[in-house]
Amino acid sequence: MKHPKCGALVVALMLVTNVFAQTAADGGNGSGEEFLDSIMSIGEVEVVANKRPEIIRPQTLAGADLQRLNSHSVADALRHFSGVQLKDYGGIGGIKTVNIRSMGTNHVGVFYNGIQLGNAQNGQVDLGRYSLDNIEAISLYNGQRSRIFQSAKDFSSSSAIYIYTRRPHFTDGKDYQLSVQMRTGSFGLANPSVVWNQRLTDKISMSANAEYTYANGRYKFRYTRKQLNGDIAYDTTATRQNGDVEALRTELGLYGYLPRGKWNLNGYFYTSQRGIPGAIVNNVFRRGERQWDKSAFGQGAFEKQFSDLYSLKVSGKFAWDYSRYLRDDPKELYLNNHYYQKEAYLSVANLFNITDWWSASAAADLQWNTMDADLADFAYPTRWTQLAAIATAINYKRISLQASLLCTFIQESTRSRKLYTASPNKHELSPAVFLNYRPTGDDIFEIYGFFKKIFRMPTFNDLYYTEIGNANLEPEYTYQYDIGFSFSRPLGHKFFDFVSLKADAYYNTVKNKIIAYPTGKQFRWTMINLGRVRIAGLEVAGDVAAHVGKVGMKLRTQYTFQRARDYTDPGDTFYGDQIPYIPRHSLSVSYNASWLGWDFSYSFIYTGERYNEQENNRYNYEPPWYTHDMSLSKDFKIGAVQLRIAGELNNVLNQAYEVIHNYPMPGRNFRLTAKLTI
Amino acid sequence: MKQFITYISAAVLFSAATSCQRDDVLIDIVQTQVTEPVMTDVFGFYLLNEGNMGSNKASIDYFDATTGIYNRNIYAARNPEVVMNLGDVGNNIMIYGNKMYAVINCSHKVEVLTPDSARRVAQIDIPNCRYALGHDGNLYVSSYVGMAQIDPTAPRGAVFKVDTASLTVTGSVEVGYQPEEMTIIGNRLYVANSGGYHVPDYDNTVSVIDLRTFTVADVMTIEQSANFHRMDRDSHGRLWLSSRGDYYGNINSDLLVIDPESKQVIKEMGIPVSDMWADGDMLYTISTEWSYVTGQNTVTFAKIDMAAMQVIDRNIIKDGTEKSITLPYCIAVDPVTKDFYVCDAKSYVVSGTIYCFNRDGILQWKQTTGQIPASIAFYGKTENIIKHYDNGNE
Repeated sequence: MKHPKCGALVVALMLVTNVFAQTAADGGNGSGEEFLDSIMSIGEVEVVANKRPEIIRPQTLAGADLQRLNSHSVADALRHFSGVQLKDYGGIGGIKTVNIRSMGTNHVGVFYNGIQLGNAQNGQVDLGRYSLDNIEAISLYNGQRSRIFQSAKDFSSSSAIYIYTRRPHFTDGKDYQLSVQMRTGSFGLANPSVVWNQRLTDKISMSANAEYTYANGRYKFRYTRKQLNGDIAYDTTATRQNGDVEALRTELGLYGYLPRGKWNLNGYFYTSQRGIPGAIVNNVFRRGERQWDKSAFGQGAFEKQFSDLYSLKVSGKFAWDYSRYLRDDPKELYLNNHYYQKEAYLSVANLFNITDWWSASAAADLQWNTMDADLADFAYPTRWTQLAAIATAINYKRISLQASLLCTFIQESTRSRKLYTASPNKHELSPAVFLNYRPTGDDIFEIYGFFKKIFRMPTFNDLYYTEIGNANLEPEYTYQYDIGFSFSRPLGHKFFDFVSLKADAYYNTVKNKIIAYPTGKQFRWTMINLGRVRIAGLEVAGDVAAHVGKVGMKLRTQYTFQRARDYTDPGDTFYGDQIPYIPRHSLSVSYNASWLGWDFSYSFIYTGERYNEQENNRYNYEPPWYTHDMSLSKDFKIGAVQLRIAGELNNVLNQAYEVIHNYPMPGRNFRLTAKLTI
Repeated sequence: MKQFITYISAAVLFSAATSCQRDDVLIDIVQTQVTEPVMTDVFGFYLLNEGNMGSNKASIDYFDATTGIYNRNIYAARNPEVVMNLGDVGNNIMIYGNKMYAVINCSHKVEVLTPDSARRVAQIDIPNCRYALGHDGNLYVSSYVGMAQIDPTAPRGAVFKVDTASLTVTGSVEVGYQPEEMTIIGNRLYVANSGGYHVPDYDNTVSVIDLRTFTVADVMTIEQSANFHRMDRDSHGRLWLSSRGDYYGNINSDLLVIDPESKQVIKEMGIPVSDMWADGDMLYTISTEWSYVTGQNTVTFAKIDMAAMQVIDRNIIKDGTEKSITLPYCIAVDPVTKDFYVCDAKSYVVSGTIYCFNRDGILQWKQTTGQIPASIAFYGKTENIIKHYDNGNE
């Protein structure tokens, strides 16, 4: 999806806040960071027409815009994007996943510095674990990132979120940069972090980053019900228990530049322990479940343009994940399970610039996943995946076109004691076409569209989970059709600096949807391919940047309408009903004003009524929720030291709400941040 | 520009105001006339719906036979002051003496209600409670976890004893793993142990509790089966015990007849059972068996003469209605009219359906229930239907 907000960012920054524009420019020149490339290209309109790698721009939050949001994690920030439904179980430690355009969480690919974060066990990435501390940009692409010089994996999901950490860039001829940050606030939060960037040689720099998070996770929540006559039936306030979290994240990156190329190596380690607060139900306000996680990965990429004709990109990763789940509650049955996952990944992508308006690419990826667990009768599955993608791009005058074809081959094996047969081998062909037309010949007005067919593999849980899994599952398919336009231009008006508007209409179907199906068994379910969902949606987003004297202002709004209906079986009582947790209407507004180092932000997020189960009846009704969040910050410069102090107030009106049924969200809460940069 | 900002702000405020989080109002009873009024000693029945785990959607429906009206979701309206409603996973409902007891598994409580109006009398906290049985002024409640555990990583279940006058727990005794239904013969309480959470090592024992001392007097081991669930007795003092099987085909779901004296299995009925209801010596059973081969559930309904230990009918629904029942979850027989009720839990995540059949197996009426209709308790003139409950049924 094309995103005028990048343009808004650059223009607004240049016009309003010189300092930030300078930073962005530095980043663009120095780091070659992928998102900054695309941002910078917008300013150079003439170049863009032929060279822009992505023909449908993503929604992006970057730099100062990202830091201004009252967001702790990547998941919180994604609430500001169109078409995104966040599943939030509440609190700092609660799981947060996203569902894009109602196709399901498992269809969202999450890419961290260009390589996908995997979870073969359940196919979901907890975005609550990725703090915004060291994040430079987050981009959301519907369909896929519409460029062709990328690994085959980049073509392989229904929609994709790209998270980019900061690459070091140095100002004032310095060879290092050090920043120390401390956050505190509600939920007993203590969140110190440190970033150290060092230039090692002319061409090589290093970034080291560590962040520690502790929170007791306690917050007040309230449940009220009224009687039919309007009297209070009950009004109870309690404290959320067992939501504590303690986590340590460390990262080390090496970044190098080559003639017409670059490389990077990154190491990541995360360890955490947390309570699982669980559902609040009658007579149960505390549960005794805990989880430990350890996650480590190393990844690297090398990219070089060998000639005008040929470029090469090689990337690879090895990841190890450990998770322990403990239920030690005297009222419940004891459980203590350990899960281990390993993943290895290698990708080679080739780009051929055949003419100045025509290019083609070929990429091949190889991935290996395995999982161990100390469950009774566990299957111990191993999966091999080979992906091959060919793509071509044409940028001819006012038209840009991309077409790609992804071939996926999957083989699985199990080493189980009994009864587990491996899922049969699979091969799939997945086409996608992206089109962009600029009627005026410039970037001010664009009309674009795409079609994509893709699938997601059943997860290891779907296939092999003890008693529930079904190894005969087929992949789940999505078909996406999107058409949209965008209008964005600098205005040079007395007040208005920039305006943009974009709208998308889309229609998706999900076929062979993997759902839990009831059996007469004690554990009730098995997984089968049964569901069918049709989704029609409309997304509108607009940005305005303006200034009055030295006060710079920005307003972002987005609205999403979705009709996501279950068409599995006409005999079902929920046939034609909206699928669970998808609101018809959702909306967000954010406003920002800055003046001489002061910065004020306000955001409003609204999610309309939903249903928490398949039947759209009143027993399953979830009321709309919305929150008002505010923040104020001030930047100081004391000699060579930059100091930033920020305060945030979230859920200003202290409203009680739930995103997920029986998982109460926090009321009014605050956060204070102090950041020192040398 | 200012105008523009004002306009936007106004729009925001407007949307905020109009879309205000609605006051959550308790959901009222939904009444439906389903049939003609019938006056017998049975005034009607309560149906406890489980609700999916974690959803807190346990609910109680009441069918009033004297008016022919089906009342859906009566608990919230009758007990508006109870915080978070009836609770999570309603497993078993029964009437004993002058009170009704609803065993709410994942809310770890037994809800004590008035049988005439389903108003709360008390709440008795019992962890992970499953089934209740009344006898001699006491209520016995099976529970997956006992009080003090020798090995907390593999907790044994327990039977709790509740004094129905003071409505307090007066004792508990440790039994096997994950105990389910119970029955009483003489002074002995028999408990079916499942071990359902010790896959593949299911429990294959029945614990025997001496009610005079409230201690475990004996443990019966049933070699040829395991994973026990339903339990009842017949007029000849024999135990009727159902096994869920092990789902792998090593142990099939079955119904066993056991002589409690010799502790021997007298007969394996060779019929799968997921729920059963004894009306006198007539046992009605239902079962659902999943097959990975066909990818479908096979549904069975049967009637068994317990005195003769013979299956007398394997097709108790005579009008073809059984074809539309996807997942029968609960069966009950009106002790007076012999009408029988079958509850369909469908996919577990949608509203269920209750079907009323007359004694000839012809559909009389059907009605939408709460989620996962699980347990039925008839309400009527106590002296005439007490026989049924005292017989050791749920």
